Amino acid sequence: MAASPTRQRRYELELLGLADDELIVGWRDSEWTGIAPMLEEDVAFSSIAQNEIGHARAVYELLGDDADALAFDRRPEEYRCAPLVQLHLLDWAHTIARRWLYEVADEIRISALRETLPLAAKIDREEQYHRMHAEMWHERLRDTAPFRAAVEELWPYALGVLPAEQRNALAARIGRPVVDAVERGEHVDGFTGLWEEMTTVRRSAPAGAQW
Amino acid sequence: MVTAEQVWKRFAEIADPEIPVISLVDLGVIRSVDVRDGQVHVEFTPTFLGCPALEVMKRQLEQAVVELGGEPEVEVVNDDSWGTDKISAAGREKLRAAGFAPPAPRLVQLQSAVHRCPYCGSAETTLENLFGPTPCRSIRYCTSCRQPFEQFKTI
Repeated sequence: MAASPTRQRRYELELLGLADDELIVGWRDSEWTGIAPMLEEDVAFSSIAQNEIGHARAVYELLGDDADALAFDRRPEEYRCAPLVQLHLLDWAHTIARRWLYEVADEIRISALRETLPLAAKIDREEQYHRMHAEMWHERLRDTAPFRAAVEELWPYALGVLPAEQRNALAARIGRPVVDAVERGEHVDGFTGLWEEMTTVRRSAPAGAQW
Repeated sequence: MVTAEQVWKRFAEIADPEIPVISLVDLGVIRSVDVRDGQVHVEFTPTFLGCPALEVMKRQLEQAVVELGGEPEVEVVNDDSWGTDKISAAGREKLRAAGFAPPAPRLVQLQSAVHRCPYCGSAETTLENLFGPTPCRSIRYCTSCRQPFEQFKTI
């Protein structure tokens, strides 16, 4: 890409944000493995988590030689993930609301990257199944009070997944107005706990664990 | 000296680690084989990005080249060149015969929601779960022969 160093750096930060979002949303989704409200969702969330973490790895590999180093060797404050994906959500309505909001935002972001990133189209082939899953649940829960309240609460976080110029598209798709976003760069309270758990093995064997 | 033809032939004997009825050549993940002075350059395109079998496949390809007396160089190409349309006709039939509904061609699938039972051929099937035991599979149920089956996702 023939661009100025500043522009190149901004692009790399955008990709790092994307990869960090996918890693952390995958991590949060994986927390439902074994305890989802039904067996089908144990399977679905495990598979979705596996895909998202696979996407993170592929993008990290574009940004550095060692995906594991980028995923696990940074300090918590160095992660660029949006606050939406960091939230530790303990109920199903919020979890589904996040999946739905995240997938719609992610589709807008990935579409915008198609011209500069050949990997984007490959990621999108898999994401279409995440969107079908999210949409199926959205249809089922959309008229329930807990889901509506969850979307209301998470909406400023969802806007924070995207750069300002893509937020109108998200607002149109979700049917809500653009409001002040919870911006990328802020970390929510639960993030340090997630980081500690996620990096435990890596920190206990810095030279690399052998399996 | 090893030839590209020998390499392709050997690769066609390597089974997919997770769906062993189909070979890596049938799966369509080998984009090219280029042989120069014993150096064998292979372009390998992953299926699903989070698939844990990718590392295994890569090692199997390297091992096969070594066994043929070549020096392997397997390049992982993460572009958009693999989709389920890359699975060969023979590969689709092997999947079906093993009770594993093959993915429909992508253009067809996007326009039609018909999924056939690999056992009885009925189109009277229902979706049980979009996700299954690996990222590439969904779970469906055939209401004609009352058999649950795995469906390879079209991507």
